[in-house]
Amino acid sequence: MITEFGHFALILAFLVACVQAVAPLVGAHTNRYGLMALAAPAATAQVTLLAASFAALTYAFVTSDFTVRLVVLNSHSLKPMLYKISGVWGNHEGSMLLWVLILALFGAFAAWFGNNLPQKLKARVLGVQGLLGVAFLAFILFTSNPFLRMEIPPFDGQDLNPLLQDPGLAFHPPFLYLGYVGLSMSFSFAVAALIEGRIDAAWARWVRPWTLAAWMFLTIGIALGSWWAYYELGWGGFWFWDPVENASFMPWLFAAALLHSAIVVEKRESLKSWTILLAILAFGYSLLGTFIVRSGVITSVHAFANDPERGVFILAIFVLFVGGALTLFAARATAMEARGVFSFVSRESALVANNILLAVSSFVVFIGTIWPLIAELFFNRKLSVGEPFFNAAFAPFMIVLGLLLPIGAMIPWKRGQIFLTIAKLKWAFVLAVALAGLVWTMQTGKSLQGPIGLFLGAWSVFGALVDLVSRLGRTRDFSRLLRLPRADWGKFFAHSGLGITMFGVAGLMAWDQEDIRVVPIGGSWDIAPYSFTLDAVENVRGPNYLSTMATVSINKDGEPYATVYPEKRNYPVAKMPTTEAAIDYHPMVDLYVVIGDKQDDGGWAVRTYIKPLANWIWAGAIIMGIGGLISLTDRRYRLAVGARKNAVPQGTPAE
Amino acid sequence: MRFVFAVIGMICLSSTLWAVQPDEILADPALEARAREISKDLRCLVCQNESIDDSNASLARDLRLLVRERLVEGDSNDEVKAFIVARYGEFALLKPTKTGANAVLWWSGPFLAIIAVFTAGLYILRRSKSFEPPVDALSDAEKERLNDILSKD
Repeated sequence: MITEFGHFALILAFLVACVQAVAPLVGAHTNRYGLMALAAPAATAQVTLLAASFAALTYAFVTSDFTVRLVVLNSHSLKPMLYKISGVWGNHEGSMLLWVLILALFGAFAAWFGNNLPQKLKARVLGVQGLLGVAFLAFILFTSNPFLRMEIPPFDGQDLNPLLQDPGLAFHPPFLYLGYVGLSMSFSFAVAALIEGRIDAAWARWVRPWTLAAWMFLTIGIALGSWWAYYELGWGGFWFWDPVENASFMPWLFAAALLHSAIVVEKRESLKSWTILLAILAFGYSLLGTFIVRSGVITSVHAFANDPERGVFILAIFVLFVGGALTLFAARATAMEARGVFSFVSRESALVANNILLAVSSFVVFIGTIWPLIAELFFNRKLSVGEPFFNAAFAPFMIVLGLLLPIGAMIPWKRGQIFLTIAKLKWAFVLAVALAGLVWTMQTGKSLQGPIGLFLGAWSVFGALVDLVSRLGRTRDFSRLLRLPRADWGKFFAHSGLGITMFGVAGLMAWDQEDIRVVPIGGSWDIAPYSFTLDAVENVRGPNYLSTMATVSINKDGEPYATVYPEKRNYPVAKMPTTEAAIDYHPMVDLYVVIGDKQDDGGWAVRTYIKPLANWIWAGAIIMGIGGLISLTDRRYRLAVGARKNAVPQGTPAE
Repeated sequence: MRFVFAVIGMICLSSTLWAVQPDEILADPALEARAREISKDLRCLVCQNESIDDSNASLARDLRLLVRERLVEGDSNDEVKAFIVARYGEFALLKPTKTGANAVLWWSGPFLAIIAVFTAGLYILRRSKSFEPPVDALSDAEKERLNDILSKD
């Protein structure tokens, strides 16, 4: 009964979304305030109905209602409660329901907290958001209904893929969706501004928090997924350049570019049409990602319930929205002339460089992702594009970005002097070079990858520090540090976090060590300065799996250091084994032990990795996310947002 | 992204074997290091998107052994890859060649970067052309003095 109730709420939500899509847009066009005023209650109704629908599906999972097809396919009565709940979005249909729920939630937030928006702009934003809701709700109802019943309910379910039964993964998709779907707000604002034919500093100030929030959620979501891959897949890889990963990375890069270009619109009223274009493309990449994941057109390791019919539907949504928005853009972009004036050496130019690097690197990821498809369709060549290509083609752009970042972040607006800025940064530069040089002379093998990563990381972090201190002005009154605008602190954390992640990635790739061997029980092996001993291997029973668990004790320089328990699990219902690597986490280095098969001579295959700086990668991402959060709480987003200039200002105030 | 739907080449992970196994490793560490390097660039053909170095599929194991066999015979890294490509096609290369249409794949990024820098340069030039020095601009002497003061600390 509750399932039918959820299904009914979903259909009602679709109808409400239709109202939300049509009424405000027509109202704004014909100046009918009654129609425009429908937008907010419709958005509230839509999110309420979808929340009810989602709750009904969750209830079916929690109570293991095996008359519902989706529950049978993705759950099992013995599964721990956390994974019964995360199973709701661990599949195509349920995750789409979560997607539209978040879409409606963002729309509702704009309706609830958008009181300072001009009425027409607000109506149009909610209308476009409603249109997106209509498209995706139709997609769910017609191709991916989560509420279908079984004709003959089975006795128990088929269990969720054991790899996905993991706390890290339970929260990975919701964060990603918050990011993807958050970009829909930037999209709606862009389209609404195009329809209105005007965009100004106030518009940028309204759109930036949404972009910031989306970017922050994407950062966390991607970091969670990458961390999960690191500890769960059994060999410590953290990024595979897989099409589906790329699908999340491209919107992230675009969102980062959009964040920065919106600053230029907000502060200087330049780069307007470019910012609109970025907003359209950022969400376009989100839609494209959805298409890639759910259509199966590009082979990915993230195999998923692929279905050509669904693929065509999503492609149609993509073409309709992105095509429509771009057409509108082509027709209206010239109406938005820039007014800001700036010279070659200026913050504006630096942010243009930032945008070029982010957009082009995103394009490189894009072409690498779709190239196998193009090569096969047009050139009849069946080929692969994998990690080695992306590392070679993508990294140079990031290195240039890292080099320019601290300088660009400090150049004054309008017109700066490059040597003055560089002079301020000279100690940061010297320190970063010295650190990198020190490490280069100390390491064996003399590869440049680690030192370059360290240089870029240190340069970003020290540069961000210099930038923050320079905000104090000439007095160097450090008590003022806490009273700086939150945006300054956000910038400091975000830029430092990026540096830390860069260092972590380069360090891990340059300095990790691997050891593969067969060890008898009681045998030991050394990877200096650590010594490992395989003490025992036992069979253990878990709630819904059987495990072969090894006990490995680790000594460092002869002293006991840690004991770890790598496992090999077998999930009988899903008929799938998983490896559970044992990781001894430390700030500077992770010890990563994996147990393999029993060999014919009675020994066990064991893999040991020394993973330096692994944690820095995710720590950096978390710090970036924190930077976004701090920036989001900046005073200027809370106050005086409604101060939209009615009269177009003549000229721009100097800073 | 959606590692959730990571059935990460279920086929590949579902065997209890895992990637490089102890019995495959060559006695000569230099040769083994080269084998690992080559393996990272070769695709496990039956998997979704994994190198033979990471894959657990039995075909990947066969390829790893084949690579080591060729290395022991004295092939160079490129010869080993050419040998695999001759047998399995360029689908086996994770790092595509730069020949023919693939030039588009490799060069469109740098090309776009150049175009973008050029266009942005023109845009900024136009923006800065209309740059009118503010009326209260400092004279050269004043500027010098300001610089002196600024660079004192």
